[in-house]
Amino acid sequence: MSARDNILAKLRAAPRSAPVEPDIAAHFEHFGPRWNEVEALRHWAAMMRSVKTDIVWCHAADWPQRLAEQVKARPVRSLLLAPQTAHGALAHAALEHNPLLTLKSFDRVVDEWKDELFNDTDAAFTAVRCGIAATGTLVLWPDADEPRTMSLVPPTHFALFDTRTLHADFHTAMTREAWPNGMPTNALLVSGPSKTADIQLTLAYGAHGPRDLVVLAVLPHHLTVAQLEDAA
Amino acid sequence: MSEQQTITLYPSRQFKDNARAALQDGELRTSLRTAMDYLMAKRLSAFPDGDELATLRTLGETIRQRCLAKLPELLEKLEAQLTVNGVQVHWAETTEQANEIIHDLIARRGGTLAVKGKSMVSEETELNHYLEARGVTAVESDMGEYIVQLAGEKPTHIIMPAIHKTKAHIAQLFHDKLPDTPYTEDVDSLIRIGRNALRDLYLKADVGLSGVNFAVAETGTLCLVENEGNGRMCTTVPDMHIAITGIEKVVEKLTDVVPLYSLLTRSAIGQPITTYFNMISSPRKTGEKDGPREVHLVLLDNGRSQAYADEQLRKTLQCIRCGACMNHCPVYTRIGGHAYGTTYPGPIGEIISPHMLGLENTKDLPTASSLCGACGEVCPVKIPIPEMLMRLREEEQRPAGEVVAHPLRGQGAAHTGKEALAWRTWRGLFGQPGAYKLFGWAATRLRGLTPPGQLGWTQNHVPLKPAAKTLHQLVRERDAARR
Repeated sequence: MSARDNILAKLRAAPRSAPVEPDIAAHFEHFGPRWNEVEALRHWAAMMRSVKTDIVWCHAADWPQRLAEQVKARPVRSLLLAPQTAHGALAHAALEHNPLLTLKSFDRVVDEWKDELFNDTDAAFTAVRCGIAATGTLVLWPDADEPRTMSLVPPTHFALFDTRTLHADFHTAMTREAWPNGMPTNALLVSGPSKTADIQLTLAYGAHGPRDLVVLAVLPHHLTVAQLEDAA
Repeated sequence: MSEQQTITLYPSRQFKDNARAALQDGELRTSLRTAMDYLMAKRLSAFPDGDELATLRTLGETIRQRCLAKLPELLEKLEAQLTVNGVQVHWAETTEQANEIIHDLIARRGGTLAVKGKSMVSEETELNHYLEARGVTAVESDMGEYIVQLAGEKPTHIIMPAIHKTKAHIAQLFHDKLPDTPYTEDVDSLIRIGRNALRDLYLKADVGLSGVNFAVAETGTLCLVENEGNGRMCTTVPDMHIAITGIEKVVEKLTDVVPLYSLLTRSAIGQPITTYFNMISSPRKTGEKDGPREVHLVLLDNGRSQAYADEQLRKTLQCIRCGACMNHCPVYTRIGGHAYGTTYPGPIGEIISPHMLGLENTKDLPTASSLCGACGEVCPVKIPIPEMLMRLREEEQRPAGEVVAHPLRGQGAAHTGKEALAWRTWRGLFGQPGAYKLFGWAATRLRGLTPPGQLGWTQNHVPLKPAAKTLHQLVRERDAARR
């Protein structure tokens, strides 16, 4: 008998009672947050800021400009983006005139340029699939255009977040978007830049992943930045 | 890091000696007390609504019990779904088998360097030594794990592996062990030193190893919880990713992970969420430009099926490894993780280790508890840990030859003739009124003869001395005085 057969046989030989089916949806229905649009965004921003995330509120018309300003204000000399995507093309157009900046794209498999990615790429710009208000979270589903290492290896991550995709909590995000019907190679929840408190419980950012996370939070037309910053 | 590491192991049969030594270590006790107070306060602040906490714990318990009730079917489903997704599944009954599987996978690629994300199961299998002895260097990349590996130690806490070390210890360690590293106690600088030392290794590593927090049968997804990003590095950058986990970590549905993840981070470190929740469902697909081309999952039994065989002991397997029971344990807080001599210390270690190592090697652990009940009260999935401890005490006292429905490895390991005689005498005295009376009479009169040294008791207490009068006498006198 193989190890597999032995293990399964031992488990099957054990007495088992019929399990109780938990009602997960009912729990989140009862205890889940009840926010309006602005409250949800404020909570999301407050949570993300509490873990050293920079939030830059903007609109569809001006986010490329805001991105360019953010890049200029930071010690970023090279930035990785996906010009073949619509948002990547807009970012590229906004950044290409910066003489101090080299733009790079993930145009070949990582194995061919790992060294450069690790040692000579200051930042990356990617889109975000959706957000989670309760925990101050961005959800990323990396793909062929914006691979997994883009949001991991460069020390600064610029993330473009369409705030209309903000869900109240993780359960709502997962069920409304029907994740159980099909998961990508890698799905990620990201709540701030990488951190650790492993040395004497002292919090330090930039453990292994990005040290800085900058979110360009694109608001719908009917919301102004002032509405969000009043109390955020 | 090519230097061969020496790991200090303390067999758990030396628990009492280890505990005594730890109690004398003032620096260790200060570190632990400070850390545990901090973690307890953080957990409390993460659950401001008592009703929500109570309901969520019951939900967590019900989910884990449902998953365990279907465990063999879910393991098969997980295997089938992962296989469809392109992940290869391996099964190991013992730690030796698990290590062999992992080494074979690495050797097949001619690999010599593995970077490791945090995995308590790989600590359980002593994987690093196994690989080191066969020419493969396995470097821990979680900051805390990296520190204890450099120091040649084992983690002292499952969530905070280096919690027993001060920044001065770590400053000295980095200065001594890492080339061209100046002594600094600045934590940001120390983290930067660790980051730089490890970043190069991610680039060079042939293989990334990791644990798994939840393995979802429905979608064939491996979920990893972390703050640092080292887990993402290990599971993304090298061309092969090998994950190892215990067979109990499987959950049925993707939605099961939502409450369990919330319970885990809030109970463990009082965080509403960790920086990263990494869900891996397949190796690199055609057209994708990064991620490992091969992903493997090793499912380890190592005694878990023994706990599973008994419906009461099965609750041990509900554990989601948050460490809250340790943080709240008055014993753990005073002695730390090393004293237990097992991979999993504290209350959860006391109830899981006997299944992994046998009661003959862990016989002191079920009694390393005051049964205060704090562990059971804070457990996010409501494992009745004190009840499990009582059961294991019974099993380790049960005569080795006694036939029971679910014999445990090492049954009767703590059974001694002296103790059995003591209990027989006690039963004789307390079960017969005449004998009891005689005993009371003798004890009150001979009380002056009680020895000053009374075995283990007088190590930490003043000697026991019978009272001058028995309780019966006192009650009789009180009644007479009232009349």
